[in-house]
Amino acid sequence: MNAERVAVVGIGQTKYSAVRGDVSLPGLLREAAYRALEDAQLTMDDIDAVVVGKAPDFFEGVMMPETYLADALGAVGKPLFRVHTAGSVGGSTALVAASHVQAGLHQRVLTLAWEQQSVSEAMWALSFPVPFRQQLVAGAGGYFAPFIREYMRRSGAPDDVGVLVALKDRLNALKNPYAHLHETEITYDSVKDSFMLWEPIRYSETCPSSDGAVAMVLAAESAAEASAAASGVPPAWVQGTSMRSEPATASGRDQISPRAGSQCAADVFAQAGISDPLQDIDMVEMYVPFSWYEPMWLENLGFAPEGDGWKMTESGRTAMDGDLPVNCSGGVLSSNPIGASGMIRFAEAALQVRNRAGAHQVDGVRRALGHAYGGAGQFFAMWVVGTDKP
Amino acid sequence: MGERDDPAGDRSVAAMPEGLWTQPPVEVPELDMEQVRRVTEPATLVYTYTPGLAQTRFLRGLQEGRILGERAEGATDVYVTGRGMDPVLGRATTESVEVGPNATVTAFCVVHIGFGEKAPPTPFVSALIRPDGAAVSLYGTVLGIPYDEVRIGMRVRPVWLPESERSATFECITHWEPIDEPDVPAEELKGHM
Repeated sequence: MNAERVAVVGIGQTKYSAVRGDVSLPGLLREAAYRALEDAQLTMDDIDAVVVGKAPDFFEGVMMPETYLADALGAVGKPLFRVHTAGSVGGSTALVAASHVQAGLHQRVLTLAWEQQSVSEAMWALSFPVPFRQQLVAGAGGYFAPFIREYMRRSGAPDDVGVLVALKDRLNALKNPYAHLHETEITYDSVKDSFMLWEPIRYSETCPSSDGAVAMVLAAESAAEASAAASGVPPAWVQGTSMRSEPATASGRDQISPRAGSQCAADVFAQAGISDPLQDIDMVEMYVPFSWYEPMWLENLGFAPEGDGWKMTESGRTAMDGDLPVNCSGGVLSSNPIGASGMIRFAEAALQVRNRAGAHQVDGVRRALGHAYGGAGQFFAMWVVGTDKP
Repeated sequence: MGERDDPAGDRSVAAMPEGLWTQPPVEVPELDMEQVRRVTEPATLVYTYTPGLAQTRFLRGLQEGRILGERAEGATDVYVTGRGMDPVLGRATTESVEVGPNATVTAFCVVHIGFGEKAPPTPFVSALIRPDGAAVSLYGTVLGIPYDEVRIGMRVRPVWLPESERSATFECITHWEPIDEPDVPAEELKGHM
């Protein structure tokens, strides 16, 4: 099967913040969408279809907002499609948008992901008390913290590796004008001394709750080249796309390194012709909502042998000037509009490839990985984008 | 309304008369009051819940003080709570198997922030607990031991509501407490969280 080539030719982000009270939900989306169109030197008239994604509706308390968004976006009459895969949805949405082009259906697709966390209470949404279901009386952190403890036990990692990840990502965020958290005073000690929420996770090792939207324009080969000629910015060519999932509860399942994640990575690397990811990938934007997931995903994705991910973090190899920079944008730890968080990873990987990341640009990125996960660590979406056509 | 008032039907944005898309600025009179940004209102929803066959067996079991899992024909893994199928084999579960009540802590964290009325006072331990004979773990809180003495592999048993107070809900087990048995080696718990 020959898929059409597809590339990212436009990227738009809103400023992420706790409350974007100055715009409505459609206003937030328009801000990201029109920035992406402007970046691609296109107008909404040029767009053939729109693919959107956000976290489950009860996170925002607005049911099926996609039903009125074609109007709000000025995309009346265009096909509009919504994707649902919990926290990985931003990544999956970008992949569905890419497949609309790869299938030869459309020349230019606008894809959008967002969350307005300020209008609801996601923490409550994850912990609502119904007597006939298992009760996790501890929120999202309470779900993931036991697996972090188990990772620490298995790997023997020093207990401050999570502090180092949080410090690195929040310092990177200072270079990203769109990031929600700009903690200029942050230090190793301020992270380490922050309030313990779900031991072993501290307050400063968790993601914030953000409003925000991100958008990308994906284009088929000839359309991508035309757009790049008009904007003067090279496209980021999609070299591989993959999604995998596994049941939340299954005998033999390893929540510390889910098989769906490692198989998804192996698939996307094979598509991109990558045999040694550490050598061939120049930077990674990965989904790290709690600090310890950086070393855990480094192992799961194949960048480090099992039990050694924390050593890469501790020795600075994942810093901006390391050999595998991770989350130069500040990552989910610095901006978390849940439904958008996966797509922000994908968009930041494309920004790096297009050499448009500004102060958090890594020199000479030829290939980057965008990674998202969701649900009970069970849904995975990834893409590899690069300067070269696949 | 039957026929549209507008014989032309739907119109594109470009065809709309000038000015239709602009609205006069909202005039807010100067009031010597604090602006209301958020209102919290209690809400109630009354509903009937039908759990399905597998969940019904499990919840009725809890009411009787038993933990009932489910197993597919010819399979070894017992799932609790059963959802009527084995998620690995993709086959329907046909057999009800009692597991526990004694169990092992497979993973846990210490919670320092409260989550509503059902949560114990902080700090408390939220744990994954594998009943003996089950392939996977249930969520529960571990009490009756200082929070900083809980261990992966620790042996526990359920603490039940008095029989007269039980209904067919998860609330039949109020929490789990330690029992005096040697810890299970952590390596044996992999794949059972």
